[in-house]
Amino acid sequence: MATNLRRFKRFGSIFINNSTPLRGLSSSSAVLGSVDGQVQQPASGTAKSINLYTAINQALQIALDSDPRSYIFGEDVGFGGVFRCTTGLAEQFGKHRVFNTPLCEQGIVGFGIGLAAMGNRAIAEIQFADYIFPAFDQIVNEAAKFRYRSGNEFNCGGLTIRTPYGAVGHGGHYHSQSPEAFFCHVPGIKVVIPRSPKEAKGLLLASIREPNPVVFFEPKWLYRLAVEEVPEGDYMLPLSEAEVMREGSDITLVGWGAQLAIMEQACIDAEKEGISCELIDLKTLIPWDKETVEASVRKTGRLLISHEAPVTGGFGAEISASIVERCFLRLEAPVARVCGLDTPFPLVFEPFYMPNKNKILDAIRDTVNY
Amino acid sequence: MALARRSSNLLKPLSTASSSSFLNRRPFSTDDSTTITIETSVPFTGHNCEPPSRSIDTTPKELMTFFTDMALMRRMEIAADSLYKSKLIRGFCHLYDGQEAVSIGMEAAITKKDCIITAYRDHCIFLGRGGTLLESFAELMGRQAGCSRGKGGSMHFYKKDACFFGGHGIVGAQVPLGCGLAFAQKYRKEDHVTFTMYGDGAANQGQLFEALNMAALWDLPAILVCENNHYGMGTAEWRAAKSPAYYKRGDYVPGLKVDGMDAFAVKQACKFAKEHALKNGPIILEMDTYRYHGHSMSDPGSTYRTRDEISGVRQERDPIERIRKLILAHDIATEKELKDIEKLARKEVDEAIAKAKESPMPDDSELFTNVYRKGYGVESFGADRKEVRATLP
Repeated sequence: MATNLRRFKRFGSIFINNSTPLRGLSSSSAVLGSVDGQVQQPASGTAKSINLYTAINQALQIALDSDPRSYIFGEDVGFGGVFRCTTGLAEQFGKHRVFNTPLCEQGIVGFGIGLAAMGNRAIAEIQFADYIFPAFDQIVNEAAKFRYRSGNEFNCGGLTIRTPYGAVGHGGHYHSQSPEAFFCHVPGIKVVIPRSPKEAKGLLLASIREPNPVVFFEPKWLYRLAVEEVPEGDYMLPLSEAEVMREGSDITLVGWGAQLAIMEQACIDAEKEGISCELIDLKTLIPWDKETVEASVRKTGRLLISHEAPVTGGFGAEISASIVERCFLRLEAPVARVCGLDTPFPLVFEPFYMPNKNKILDAIRDTVNY
Repeated sequence: MALARRSSNLLKPLSTASSSSFLNRRPFSTDDSTTITIETSVPFTGHNCEPPSRSIDTTPKELMTFFTDMALMRRMEIAADSLYKSKLIRGFCHLYDGQEAVSIGMEAAITKKDCIITAYRDHCIFLGRGGTLLESFAELMGRQAGCSRGKGGSMHFYKKDACFFGGHGIVGAQVPLGCGLAFAQKYRKEDHVTFTMYGDGAANQGQLFEALNMAALWDLPAILVCENNHYGMGTAEWRAAKSPAYYKRGDYVPGLKVDGMDAFAVKQACKFAKEHALKNGPIILEMDTYRYHGHSMSDPGSTYRTRDEISGVRQERDPIERIRKLILAHDIATEKELKDIEKLARKEVDEAIAKAKESPMPDDSELFTNVYRKGYGVESFGADRKEVRATLP
């Protein structure tokens, strides 16, 4: 496996430096009405303005093209998938490499683990993150522990499970959930969530080529909404490296995925009130980049975490605990969490449930004026 | 008066004076109780069981009820389609038009003490169980008057007093639940059965086979109804199933293949299955049916099948047209009278929608209720655990 993976290095041409001030959310802010970001061009190749699902599509196309032993499968992916992420791939690479499965999530992931264990890149799609639970056993008990319990003799590192997560404004109970925290409790897998088209393409390619199984959550709200300049070529963004999207001195905000667009708006509003916010995109939830967050909190002395999943037992709790452990004496206020409520994801009450800009802004004020 | 009885239970809640007078004026050439013997469209195919007879007795009353109820269901789904498109219905919405005969035929064979549990294509099943149009539309639009008090939406209709255990959101997840219902019925020595409905897509879920094994092992009065509309979302059955003969997939569990577009075939099969299940345990009914709409409202339904295929089914197998032909052939009502029934259905639906729109959205505090049962003192938290905090009522 390790030898195989070395082969991929030649494909991973462009690693974007973590310290580069990437304005990945420029796209989302365009959606939200303010265009203040500049897209940092990667070192080579041309870039085109595309949306998030097209960026995913490009990444998958490159993954299939650059490794003949990569496969994409899932419900309806042969026809392009419900979110059009796999459009054209079956035509281009053949139905033996891009194929539909029956509606059987547990089977899809289990199959993917076996395929990956034979040294292949198995890219499985679970149509909605809400449907991932039948496959939970396979992910937790089979995929995550395969390497460990075989004493490194076997692994399913080639497995990447792509799944759209999060609210869309009207998805209701079973098309809106954010189940990332369940998977963050499982050593052995990685959990990655991109925030924008450019990030999605780079992180997905890195996840596919990563020698560990990855659950890759795609913010479905942004599939069409988020548009930004995305390099056309093959590039990867490093996993487990957070990015400071916006520098500030009064409070650190940590988030991931679609929530960052909301948080950035709150930062802009807070700025008008004279509060300088530092915004961090965690990108990889496990193993997460504690150092970047810690360094930021040491500077600002305050921390706010925001995610769509219910607050209790959410990944925000883990970040909060870790940061309190690491910089207790530097904290000037309790860590704030602005998250989904402790209810099932509601249908008509979605606006109340969501951790929106005003809730974040209130929490920023409370924390800064503690 | 006799004619008022003829109007189906589905119409009751909203039937107005004008509509009953309209029905009263309708002359019928045949007496209500005349027995008419008809034959099902195609013979049943059995698996490990002797299939029931093709010929079935009915009455003009039943024919008219079938027609009226199905016309109402069809109209409801068409209206839901446009409400969804005008964004009055949010969430995900799966329509039943084309499959009405399954609900109608099943209801004709069983009682409201028999349980039904289904997945998310549940509007018409709810209506068939005696739910009202108002409850349906109010639920679809997330209003207080909805059957789940506006908290469920399209995929989550329930009706406890008619043993309808509802709409479930995850493909195949309701099938083991059906076994639990059946076990409870058997344990209580009731002469009732559970109809557990799932689609051809769900037929490939592992849970189904776990449920089948349990049901057969313990001889549960569970009837697994596979509504085979031939597409699991966008995937044709033959692309997803090695054996699309779903009635045979229980192996040791008997099965019956039924024309699900023929309400009488469905009725006959359900009657047969209920008797079988009470005596011998589980049985699979594969209903060969068809959905005219896409899988959900986000699926136009035309990318994976041809328009010709859809219009072909509409012309040759439509469940409502089948009943219409039978009614006309037996001279029970005239073409115009049937058209009037359809017009009435349209009116009932429009009235229900208007009424549903008047119903308010659930109170904000409802966001926190029903997460747990009352009185456990569980607190629910708002965003920052300070501002929004409520002890669950």
